[in-house]
Amino acid sequence: MSSSPPWGERVAGYAVRRVLTGVGTMVFVLVFNFFLFRLLPGDPISLYTRGRNMDREQLRELRRELNRPVGEQFLAYLANPFSSGVDSTQFSRPVWDVIGDYVWPTLVLLVTATALSAAIGIAIGIKGGWRRGSTFDRTSTGVTLTLYAMPEFWLGMVLLILFSTGVWVFPGVFPSGGTLTPGIEPWSLEGILDQAWHLALPALTLTLAYLAEYALVMRSSLVDETRQDYLVTARAKGLMDKLVRRRHAVPNALLPTITLVFLNIGFVVSGAITVETVFSWPGLGLLSYQAIRGPDIPLLQAIFLLFSLAVVVANIVADVVVAAVDPRVRT
Amino acid sequence: MSVTQEDAPVLSARQVTRARRRVAAGRSWREFRSQRAGLAGLAVLGVFVLLAVFAPLLFSPDELKVTEAVGGVLDPPSGGYPLGTDESGRSVLALVVWGTRVSLIVGVAATVISVVIGTLVGIASGHFGGWAGGVLERLTDWFLVIPFLPLAIALATVLGSSLINVIVVIGVTSWPGTARLVRAQTLSVEARPYLERARVLGGGHWHQMTRHVLPNVMPLVLANTTLTVAIAILSETTLSFLGLGDPFRVSWGSMLDNAFASGAISSGAWWYLLPPGLCVVAIVLAFTLVGRAMENVLDPRARER
Repeated sequence: MSSSPPWGERVAGYAVRRVLTGVGTMVFVLVFNFFLFRLLPGDPISLYTRGRNMDREQLRELRRELNRPVGEQFLAYLANPFSSGVDSTQFSRPVWDVIGDYVWPTLVLLVTATALSAAIGIAIGIKGGWRRGSTFDRTSTGVTLTLYAMPEFWLGMVLLILFSTGVWVFPGVFPSGGTLTPGIEPWSLEGILDQAWHLALPALTLTLAYLAEYALVMRSSLVDETRQDYLVTARAKGLMDKLVRRRHAVPNALLPTITLVFLNIGFVVSGAITVETVFSWPGLGLLSYQAIRGPDIPLLQAIFLLFSLAVVVANIVADVVVAAVDPRVRT
Repeated sequence: MSVTQEDAPVLSARQVTRARRRVAAGRSWREFRSQRAGLAGLAVLGVFVLLAVFAPLLFSPDELKVTEAVGGVLDPPSGGYPLGTDESGRSVLALVVWGTRVSLIVGVAATVISVVIGTLVGIASGHFGGWAGGVLERLTDWFLVIPFLPLAIALATVLGSSLINVIVVIGVTSWPGTARLVRAQTLSVEARPYLERARVLGGGHWHQMTRHVLPNVMPLVLANTTLTVAIAILSETTLSFLGLGDPFRVSWGSMLDNAFASGAISSGAWWYLLPPGLCVVAIVLAFTLVGRAMENVLDPRARER
């Protein structure tokens, strides 16, 4: 141990190297995003303007923009990747303006669902993994595998038909979409409660969809941990089973799951696209759906870039945090 | 009845290998058979394959045509329509049965593309050190980071929607996971003495990769493949729901898209919503269970979990 550098230096050095490779990935994503949408077969103008009435001046403007040399377009794109000359064809506004309004609802939904699913999933995984083969373990593994097999938007639609429309004995008490009942002041007490009421079903859908993976990973890493010698030592010195689990096994088994919470951002984002659509939740997911249906190519391009960059950043954060807490990670 | 040295037929090296593989396969199958969940998954898959193959015998293709539909709009289940009707008066049961085809075809074909790319990239990046392997490894890492659905949406929009394009989109977006798995396995195989022997005896890169690395990586790839099919089917459902599937074919995803667009939720038409979703859950769960059972057979470490 004496030969290894002190903690601060070790983590800082690793963080710098990790950020550098992350920047490499970002450059790749930027270049990839630019050329992906220029692989369009046929006349790009017809795809950009499909199903839309544009006057001749707008068309000429668009054609002039797309006819510039590729190198020139690429430089302009690098200067501001989120609004590359062409406005959103649906909103007729710069893409960056449009996206701004939709970021917050998505963040609220995803953070709520991720926190809930991680907490519940980890609890289920610990209980099942510690008593492997018990009735609870077998039932919870079965349920989580089934949840894992569900398209999350279908789960959302089923919850909607049960608890918003109300069929058979189920009460239709939840709103069918949106974030707020019209006419209520958003930041009054009533407004906040109303917003929470609107958040309930979409958040529940995503929580159920995400928790499966956390439970399965937590379970298997705890099972790995139960075979380690240090647990035998802990028991041999007379520690209660509950304490062996809480103080020794769980802290070590938690790391892979915590890493997964960050690494899963890509998966989480995918869920948001369809679930926001089902619940008309005005976030980036619903915006993606509108951009697909347009199709609104400039908007789609910017959303793709935003999602990809978010995932790259989350990955860097995950790696650095894990390296900082876990001395076993080779840095 | 012992076989003496003289009675034993002289076998060529190839025959010996084949016999050994047959014994190994028999042993694996016996181990697989002892796992109830895996067997149940296999049975469910069998039912879906039969449904897909015999769909035209069960329901004539005319029943899928909107113009020839005679049922009511969103009628609840009745004698004539066991699962009710959709918004154009077609039988939901007929649609679900025909939808099996698209899901299975897309799931299997996309997986073939993904596994072939993943295995090639994985073996090559593990086998070749230096810059070539490094570039392939970087490429895998980059594609692993890009979130799957946004990338698939972008590609599907660029390529346009048809059955082939859906297969290609899912295939070329889902290979990095396989590539990373294969690369790790390749590195561990390459470190073993028999590869050193092959190198010393003058075996070329191609010989080493196809004769030594590939056979050792294959079992793991196979188990991974079943899990990949499950994910590919889920992806097809999601893309079709978003309107990026083949507009001229009925799939479970496009049924859910139509159900959503035609207001099946607000009119409480559970018979339109439940069947396609339950089929997706059943088939994905079946592939997952088979994949997990195969992993248990092939990887003793997984069995203890």
